[in-house]
Amino acid sequence: MKKTGAQIFVESLVAEGIDTIFCYPGGATLNITDALGECDIRQIVVRHEQGAVHASDGYARASGKVGVSLVTSGPGATNTVTGIATAYMDSIPLVIFSCQVNTALIGNDAFQEADIVGITRPCTKHNYLVKDVKDITRIIKEAFHIARSGRPGPVLVDIPKDVSASLGEFKYPDRVHIRSYQPTYIGHTGQVQKAMKAIASAKRPVLYTGGGIILSDASHELTKFAEALSIPVTNTLMGLGGFPGNHHLFLGMLGMHGTYAANMAITESDLIIAMGARFDDRATGKTDEFAPHAKVIHIDIDPTSISKNIKVDIPIVGDTKNVLHKMLEISAEDKESFKDFQASIDEWLKKIAKWKKDFPLTYQRNGGLKPQYVIEKIYELTKGKAIIATEVGQNQMWTAQFYKFLRPRTMLTSGGLGTMGYGFPAAIGAQVAFPKSLVIDIAGDGSIQMNIQELATAVQHNLPVKVVILNNGYLGMVRQWQELFYKKRYTWTCLPSPDFVKVAEAYGAAGYRIDKEEEVDKVLKEAFRNNQPAFIDVHVDPLECVYPMVPAGASLKEMLLV
Amino acid sequence: MRHIISVLVENEFGVLSRISGLFSGRGFNIESLCVAETLDPTVSTMTIVTTGDDAIIEQILKQLNKLINVIKVIDFRDTDYVSREMVLVKVNADEKTREEILRMVEIFRGKIIDVSQKTYTIMITGDEEKLRAFLALIRPLGIKDLVRTGPVAMARGDKTIKMKDKQPKGGNGDG
Repeated sequence: MKKTGAQIFVESLVAEGIDTIFCYPGGATLNITDALGECDIRQIVVRHEQGAVHASDGYARASGKVGVSLVTSGPGATNTVTGIATAYMDSIPLVIFSCQVNTALIGNDAFQEADIVGITRPCTKHNYLVKDVKDITRIIKEAFHIARSGRPGPVLVDIPKDVSASLGEFKYPDRVHIRSYQPTYIGHTGQVQKAMKAIASAKRPVLYTGGGIILSDASHELTKFAEALSIPVTNTLMGLGGFPGNHHLFLGMLGMHGTYAANMAITESDLIIAMGARFDDRATGKTDEFAPHAKVIHIDIDPTSISKNIKVDIPIVGDTKNVLHKMLEISAEDKESFKDFQASIDEWLKKIAKWKKDFPLTYQRNGGLKPQYVIEKIYELTKGKAIIATEVGQNQMWTAQFYKFLRPRTMLTSGGLGTMGYGFPAAIGAQVAFPKSLVIDIAGDGSIQMNIQELATAVQHNLPVKVVILNNGYLGMVRQWQELFYKKRYTWTCLPSPDFVKVAEAYGAAGYRIDKEEEVDKVLKEAFRNNQPAFIDVHVDPLECVYPMVPAGASLKEMLLV
Repeated sequence: MRHIISVLVENEFGVLSRISGLFSGRGFNIESLCVAETLDPTVSTMTIVTTGDDAIIEQILKQLNKLINVIKVIDFRDTDYVSREMVLVKVNADEKTREEILRMVEIFRGKIIDVSQKTYTIMITGDEEKLRAFLALIRPLGIKDLVRTGPVAMARGDKTIKMKDKQPKGGNGDG
């Protein structure tokens, strides 16, 4: 039986097991929109296409499934670019369907035409223009395969309106074969043995782990490995939740706003074991002085990450979960090699314990309500069980520092691209994936305005996301740099905000306001109990800064403390 | 350092743009780029001449390999290879210089492929050094126009490009 391209599209999604999409309609989507009207896939219509992609991204990060969004041609497609670039930098598996003008019109500057395949080439893992109805099933199968395999990433599929209207057969392929794409999962045994030998002879090893641990579901293996040999662990921003934040071997986050213990441990280490991390400049500081005494083992599924920023001594290309399994096996079998290891590690752990005790993360309590206090309170009230999204800036760094992430997939943040406006739609996506969980977006008064329109989506679909706005009346992180490095000239960064309580109420959500420390506990409890979406507008000390801080371009040991 | 890299890619629209976009986006150099179909019409070869130290070349090779449409990347750094380029050059040719030009073209085993009252159009193929030597000789006569193809390269001896599917690598970081 012949079906339209739009019907074939919908049946392909069903065959792929997709149960939720985030979407926004337009002229070019109409065939597909109409076909979707008759199926069981849950369709969350957002208020801006950027929100659709971020929501599908939050859905993907929280659930581990591929996030799917669907938008119209032209401006609908170009509005997705920030969302796609965000997912690309953080290796999040997404498939974005954009609709396109009729094939005959492509290249003619038609109404609502944009060359979205050209535009997104550098920020997708791969992308496709579907030119014939008979290619729809194969391309969708390939798109999902590419998005979720290897180092995951976003894949865009552009579907012209005449293709979704023309008739074809529906036959979904059972398997994918792409001759030019075969990611490496299994780590090279010889290299793993070499790595274990280096670990056995190390005296001051540190595990430096990133988002790759979460993407490959390896946090259980990582915890077992760290415990088996008592190796301390530091996480990148993307790695938070990959290792329990309350574990005695946990050093906290490293880098520009990392803990003293983490940055000093890296600086004095003689062996860095990097897993699923990519030595980003915010994590390494000045690369010439990064871990100056250390050999480096680097385990990553993406060969391009290896020896890109930091020269690696023992590279292992492979899936971190798989490689950790091998490492656990070797450490269990080869007790003899690790005989002397435990004695030297005790000395190392003692040194680290002293750093932790002498220079813990802290803040001064005088001078108004402190944002750090609010984050600590959120941790205390949720017992670390909530799913936390953040925006970008001070709110993001304070959350990374003061909320202890206990489980993977509970921290949703734009680490690589640093996208303001990411957190709220991402929290909505996570709430769709986990309707019963408490999902909180920790925002700033600047960031929340970048996708505030999605409150309408949350209200429409009864998604009780809580947005805690750390309202300091500034674009705080930029203001902090101006305070420290631009003689306190606060150009562009002091922006008035609307009354967020009234905004929330106008959208049909709940609004709360907090001005004093003593109100925090009570109001947060009430807002978290409320089954409506809510804005909690917390007026914090406007001049509070994020510390410790390693100035841009400095080495990790040059930290400004409180 | 100057390097020649051959890239086997799916012969599809947009692939050239992915490769050139990779180079421009990451700040890698392209000195020349030469693209054409192979024996298998579904595959094209791109011969790229680039510059960079070992670390940059390693990144270029890995990044090329990472592109979904790239089937194989051949780095000629550690292999014996032959490479040839073609140049078309239009030079002033009057009664006084015609003979001399003809002699030079013969010595360099080139061809005159077009003649006018005042000019010769010469075709020369060879490796880079040969072309450089020829152009240096001919330059004083007055070059009116010049087009180069950029080099293509092939391994010496029996070695051929194996066209099997991309394999998962051994995982030692060689990309």
